[in-house]
Amino acid sequence: MTEKISEDQVKHVAELAKLKIADDQLPYFTTQLDQIIGLFETLSEVDTDGVEPTSSVTDQINVMRDDIAENWHQRQALLDNAPDTADGYIRVPTIIDESGDNE
Amino acid sequence: MNFETTIGLEVHVELKTNSKIFSPSPVEFGDEPNSNTNVIDWGYPGVLPTTNKGVVHDGIMAGLALHAQIERHPHFDRKNYFYPDNPKAYQITQSETPIAHDGWVEIDVDGKKKKIGIAEMHIEEDAGKNSHASEYSYVDLNRQGTPLIEIVSKPDISSSDEAYAYLEQLRQVIQFTGVSDVKMEEGSMRVDVNISVRPVGQQEYGTKTELKNLNSFTYVKKGLAFEEQRHQRVLMSGGKIAQETRRFNESTGQTILMRTKEGSDDYRYFPEPDLPVLNISQDWIDQIQTELPELPAKRRERYVNELGITDYDAMVITQTKEMSDFFDKMIAAGADAKLAANYLQGDVNAYMNDNQVELQDTKITPEHLATMIKLISDGTISSKMAKKVFKAITNGEEPKKFVEDKGMVQLSDPAKLQPIVDEVVAANPQSVEDFHNGKDRAIGFLVGQIMKQTHGKANPQVINKMLKDSMSK
Repeated sequence: MTEKISEDQVKHVAELAKLKIADDQLPYFTTQLDQIIGLFETLSEVDTDGVEPTSSVTDQINVMRDDIAENWHQRQALLDNAPDTADGYIRVPTIIDESGDNE
Repeated sequence: MNFETTIGLEVHVELKTNSKIFSPSPVEFGDEPNSNTNVIDWGYPGVLPTTNKGVVHDGIMAGLALHAQIERHPHFDRKNYFYPDNPKAYQITQSETPIAHDGWVEIDVDGKKKKIGIAEMHIEEDAGKNSHASEYSYVDLNRQGTPLIEIVSKPDISSSDEAYAYLEQLRQVIQFTGVSDVKMEEGSMRVDVNISVRPVGQQEYGTKTELKNLNSFTYVKKGLAFEEQRHQRVLMSGGKIAQETRRFNESTGQTILMRTKEGSDDYRYFPEPDLPVLNISQDWIDQIQTELPELPAKRRERYVNELGITDYDAMVITQTKEMSDFFDKMIAAGADAKLAANYLQGDVNAYMNDNQVELQDTKITPEHLATMIKLISDGTISSKMAKKVFKAITNGEEPKKFVEDKGMVQLSDPAKLQPIVDEVVAANPQSVEDFHNGKDRAIGFLVGQIMKQTHGKANPQVINKMLKDSMSK
């Protein structure tokens, strides 16, 4: 029995990641994830009282690029690396449209 | 039971920048699939995004145009989800610190003015586009990384008519800033709506339903009106509204269930570590404020109060910035405001529709059209002759020169017209008698006869008066 994450949570996270995990594999992954979370808990030993939350770890600000278009002409190389293509498209297994775009 | 309706609108607007939001790939539509993509757009390992300054600029501009507060220290966040049109498996968006918040637009429904609040406006990247066939789906990443702004309304909209008016105002304001084409039919403006209904007096909102497949403002209005009725019917009969997404059917005008929604989405937002935070200076905001053109509401006020055209005319002219700018230039060139408004809505609009062109892509110039209107105003040409002149203007010809070359000058001199009037009156005693018997049509016949003799050059107002004078003797 693990303490930090439940099998249901592992199942949920797997679904979000579109991963198929068989029921008999659940305890295996749950134990592993539980140990990983345990490692991260070391961080909570640091006293963060009065420390503002940060959204960036670099000390850079305002790094921006001017709005100039460049085509790097990588289309063919990228398509060559794709698992499957057709007529310049990336071909994938049929998906249910969740975007609402083409409905 | 009396009900009140609450409508929420989320509007995505595609920005017209040269390059994408986080990569320098061109933002172009209609090109070969995947031709405007690079390793960043495909989310290759090791690549890093860089923020496009133009997108931040346009976001601030849209925020200012919507009377919103600009966030001085915005950062980006990751929204995680897996889908083939989203190769990184996350979208870079803004969740904690949207670039603008607490704005408003003013709507006018049947003469009643109301401010609709804007909760927030953030900048983010668009996804690619999937197309579906029976055995496979196909992914084109050209659109991946196209900059978007998303504008989220406050729960101030309480009818489908208000929703329609809000969208129209929002479209106009954004169109005037020039940051987007805001065309629903081309996908540069997309609308997600939700609606809930509750009995008057109830504290908490009713259960929301979402609507999809709303491809025009009219469909938004119809879909919401149908959904409002449906909610009321269900609640009246003691039923419960389920939290679900429904699809608007264009041919029946009804909404049908697409999917039910269980629990809230789980996107596990966190601050984007690959992009440094932004620090927007007041100087930059002030600078952008000065670039902001005069907005449609201000222009309408000026047109009605200073130029004396009707509310309706002012509304039509301010539908696009191009039309409104064109009108302003015509006025500056000395055209009568009422005639200028009439010509823009009449002949110019018809010409644009017939040829499927935008005003700025025609050869019609405000100076030419103003010159033509001045020729009408001073009686040089009749409005009938103006039809021919207008045609010449659409070919880029200078109206004054055209009128002179074609000898189209209207005959307004009574001394020259008198003999013709006398002749026509003498030749048509029956019409004269009819006129005396009160048949107004008789005079029209006589005017026609004079027009025939003068090859349409006689000034109709002048000969009308001369005929009456002559026959009343």
